[in-house]
Amino acid sequence: MEARRAGTVSNDSPLPFQIRGTSSTLLALKVIDPCDPAFFIHLANTLALAPGFYRNAPIILDLAAVARKNPVDLTIFCAQLRELTLTPVGIQGATADWERNALAAGLAVFPAGRSADPVSVHGRAAPLPRPSTARLVTEPVRSGQQVYAAESDLIVTAPVSRGAELLADGNIHVYGPLRGRALAGTNGDRSARIFCRHFDADLISIAGYYEVNEHMEPHLFGKPVQIRLDNERLIFEPL
Amino acid sequence: MAKVIVVTSGKGGVGKTTTSAAIATGLALRGFKTVIIDFDVGLRNVDLIMGCERRVVFDFINVINGDAKLHQALIKDKRVETLSILATSQTRDKDALTEEGVERIIAELAPLFDYIVCDSPAGIERGAHLAMYFADEAIVVANAEVSSVRDADRMIGLLTSKSRRAEQGQPMPQHLLLTRYDAERVERGEMLKVEDVQEILAVPLLGVVPECPSVLQASNVGMPVVLDDKSPAGKAYLDAVGRILGEETEIVIPRVARRGFIDRLLGRTA
Repeated sequence: MEARRAGTVSNDSPLPFQIRGTSSTLLALKVIDPCDPAFFIHLANTLALAPGFYRNAPIILDLAAVARKNPVDLTIFCAQLRELTLTPVGIQGATADWERNALAAGLAVFPAGRSADPVSVHGRAAPLPRPSTARLVTEPVRSGQQVYAAESDLIVTAPVSRGAELLADGNIHVYGPLRGRALAGTNGDRSARIFCRHFDADLISIAGYYEVNEHMEPHLFGKPVQIRLDNERLIFEPL
Repeated sequence: MAKVIVVTSGKGGVGKTTTSAAIATGLALRGFKTVIIDFDVGLRNVDLIMGCERRVVFDFINVINGDAKLHQALIKDKRVETLSILATSQTRDKDALTEEGVERIIAELAPLFDYIVCDSPAGIERGAHLAMYFADEAIVVANAEVSSVRDADRMIGLLTSKSRRAEQGQPMPQHLLLTRYDAERVERGEMLKVEDVQEILAVPLLGVVPECPSVLQASNVGMPVVLDDKSPAGKAYLDAVGRILGEETEIVIPRVARRGFIDRLLGRTA
């Protein structure tokens, strides 16, 4: 197997594919009582309110509410969802029993998601957030911590440890050593850049194109570096 | 009112319980009324290190559940008058700890003592969380190796975001204590240097405790290592206690002792 994979292609031909990180917003179907005989009737009625929106929509089954109950057969359950034009792609929030069942039904297991706080649709509209050009972080970003600058740049004036993660829809600037992960342009902005004074990152990503530490040029480590995206390639330049 | 100090690390086996016992005993030797609480429910160890395992009748969990009064569960140390131990349960698990229960007991202990030393379990789950949640100050114990340093970094992050002081927007003073420091292995490049660890963790260094057979010997006989006046580790802990109390002494970093010709001839280690 290994020999076949390695032997039949020459090393310098480009790969016929590319793997890269991406993020999409998915609908989640929170399953409260899958055994309710009227489950699919109610669901069909709901979908009928906006058939164009739901047609072939990828959907995650949020099973948190039923995680402690015995799993239902997800193969049958998903077949019924597909009849209603939904495309189930995975589950989340369930126990190992459910997860085995899901994998058997060809579904992915997503980590438990954090659902956004419900937005109030009643009463006065919420005031628009004050436009901000950058989020400033002055404390060290430690292993396991995650900082996200939504719709803005992110500036960190302290160290970013291995295992820490910076995310920004805009550019990222780091003035302490950057040892963790930095993901700029997370909403798809290909012009976003990453600047750092002491480059030693675990992972760098711009608009979903990423590079891990192992594949970075070792001579850049410890130096001031900027990273930009040029035609689906990450360019690392000394500053 | 007592100051609450948590001894924590994230990683297991780095020397948390040894450190808790040494620091608590050191503070008590200075005349401060000190109590050490074992938060490692189900893996009761502090009582062993302190040599009072046969005297545990009621424990921390009994007091939380209201089955015993605090004064029934507090064990007075026989060697250091100002030192008390609150052992934990060996038969229960971390779920027996509740936030309200821990808060109540710390509030009950606070007027009786100058220092409350909380010995955290390994990990970042419930036991470790509650051990650090009410702390005023933290001692983060780490060894000079990458996995311990990364876990310590994670723990510092949690202390600065998930403790009560952090939630109230107050600073949480933290000290780094490097333990089991083996100068020879550092010299051979098998372990990180003190400066490397400090550079990564960026919190003030409280001390460097050398790897030392006296620590295990002391544990075996149920004696905090600071009571062994010949132990280099005990000495390092006593210096660290001084620094907690605000003394500005120079931190001694263990170096490889150069062996003389005769020693080498006889195969003696320094």
